[in-house]
Amino acid sequence: MNSTATAAPRTSTSMTKWRKPDEVPFLRLEGVVKRFGDFAAVDGVSLDIYRKELFCLLGGSGCGKTTLLRMLAGFEQPTAGRIYLDGADITEAPPYERPINMMFQSYALFPHMSVESNVAFGLKQDGVARVEIRRRVAEALELVQLGPLAKRRPHQLSGGQRQRVALARCLVKRPKLLLLDEPLAALDKKLREHTQFELMNIQEEVGITFIVVTHDQEEAMSLSTRIAVMDRGQIAQVGTPTEIYEYPKSRFTANFIGSINFFDGKVARSEEGELTVTVPDLGRDLHVRSTRQLAIGSDVSVAVRPEKIVISRDPLDLPNSVRGKVRDLGYLGSVSVYRVELENGALIKVSAANTRHSAEREVDWDDEVYLGWRATSAVVLTE
Amino acid sequence: MSGAASEEPSGSGRRRAFWLSGRGLVSSIPYLWLLLFFLLPFAIVLKISLAEPIIAQPPFTPLFGPDGSLQATIDNFLFLLEDSLYIVAYLNSLKIAGISTLLCLLIGYPMAYGIARSPRAIRNILLLLVILPFWTSFLLRVYAWMGILRNNGLINNLLMWLGVIDQPIQMMNSDFAIYIGITYSYLPFMILPLYAALERLSPDLVEAAEDLGCRPWKAFLTITLPLSVPGIIAGSLLVFIPAVGEFVIPSLLGGPDSLMIGRVLWDEFFGNRDWPVASAVAIALLLVLVIPIMLFQRMNLRREGA
Repeated sequence: MNSTATAAPRTSTSMTKWRKPDEVPFLRLEGVVKRFGDFAAVDGVSLDIYRKELFCLLGGSGCGKTTLLRMLAGFEQPTAGRIYLDGADITEAPPYERPINMMFQSYALFPHMSVESNVAFGLKQDGVARVEIRRRVAEALELVQLGPLAKRRPHQLSGGQRQRVALARCLVKRPKLLLLDEPLAALDKKLREHTQFELMNIQEEVGITFIVVTHDQEEAMSLSTRIAVMDRGQIAQVGTPTEIYEYPKSRFTANFIGSINFFDGKVARSEEGELTVTVPDLGRDLHVRSTRQLAIGSDVSVAVRPEKIVISRDPLDLPNSVRGKVRDLGYLGSVSVYRVELENGALIKVSAANTRHSAEREVDWDDEVYLGWRATSAVVLTE
Repeated sequence: MSGAASEEPSGSGRRRAFWLSGRGLVSSIPYLWLLLFFLLPFAIVLKISLAEPIIAQPPFTPLFGPDGSLQATIDNFLFLLEDSLYIVAYLNSLKIAGISTLLCLLIGYPMAYGIARSPRAIRNILLLLVILPFWTSFLLRVYAWMGILRNNGLINNLLMWLGVIDQPIQMMNSDFAIYIGITYSYLPFMILPLYAALERLSPDLVEAAEDLGCRPWKAFLTITLPLSVPGIIAGSLLVFIPAVGEFVIPSLLGGPDSLMIGRVLWDEFFGNRDWPVASAVAIALLLVLVIPIMLFQRMNLRREGA
């Protein structure tokens, strides 16, 4: 299976699922900056988002993702840059004139109104006819399966139900763009998984472009068509979940999504799409598939995901193989996580599926082990 | 101990145990306070209001005659209805208190809103400024208004110096002065509960309303205002109730014809030394205030239950 894979992102095939190659962007951000005093919360963000995408803005707290979302909603004015939606410049439009709706992290349901009135609120503001309002509200509540609870007040609902009211309240207005601020953060784990799929189904059904802000990388991975990883007000990388995970462009992205091991070294050889990297004190060179042209002697990091490393007590027949000692072992049920100390003192994280019963475990604490991985399993990072 | 004591304690027994426990003792303090300083005095005033005035010490007939018969009369209350002075005073008090409450609300709401929406760091300073007048004596502050409103006071002198008027405007000893005095003195009692209600209101709600297509003023009317109603009610009651019985402000700033029930009460007690009628005035005032509030509470409870 490994023979045809190349280190270049297979963008053309992974994108056609939701976008034609010549399609124009639906939402376009051009050099958007937001400064609060001296602090740039958003520092020059340019993004193209296409129709019917479920786009995730992913980042830690304070990375500017929420500020960016608030600028899209119209609650904040950019210090510089323009925002275009469906060809129109909406940079200066007030929130009540934008064909954009936002689902707040707190849901922001109006406590003095019933579920029904909450959902009808937006349509009433637009002066939609009463009969039409009743029909569309019923339709929206049906979509989120809340029909029987229409007369309840928000405080009489569970967290998950409130979340669906908030979603219905946005969807009923049929916005061109729906913004969701940490939509699943307030739900417990089981409900979150269920809601995630529900959210994706609803998005597919209504065909509205979604932009989701989240700090949860798993959520971003499973929900989105594309992810923008943000760091200190800037976009670190944009790509499909697979691209971001398999081909991180920087140590920041690699570290932020999942866990990863780094080997810092220098390029020793570069030929036929394969780099040889010398890592000090490791005892052997590492081989990585890469189409990148890098000068001999330049500083690079070789990054390998823990699940791509094979761990064994016997020598391995793989292009990359190092020796070490198991220092730590975490049993997580379906997988085990090993921390292996290499001869150069580096600690390497390895995860392996528990294919056997734990009583017959092959590798144990303080075992001398071999770690190995394929040349295609690692990436080379220069940032 | 008998065998019965080891059985499951009865309802009243459990209740007795609660009042004797530490927690019961602590929560009984407010009840004790109300009993000693509200219910007992109220009973005494009620008793006096049912007596007849006599020239003696104390100046009213005892509740039970020398032969042990009950000597109670409702003549004092009937007297309140007969003499139009009292009804006029009650109505005037309600009017002045009502208008003052409205003025407090109109001035206090924007102030409370402004404080609740200001940066967290300066909110406490602004609140402190609202309460700051309490650091000086209430009487002193009312006297200060006399200095401002007098014919040769601050306002008149300034206007005459500017040449806007050449005769001083009569402001002291009028209903106008009473409105100023009450509104000024009671404004903090309006602002504080309003602030508490507005501060609790999440800014997300207003943003959500705007996001759904509301212009800012409409978002205020449909979201902020209805959700601050509890604060409006609390503030209005805190201003209205003491303002109805206000005595100091009308006697210092008001004129001879601005009749308020607090002054009538004072006159009955200290001018006429008619303690029974004065007590009847006080009881009637209490009823005028308490009955609408109780009705309002009942209505509120029913609405919440629905």
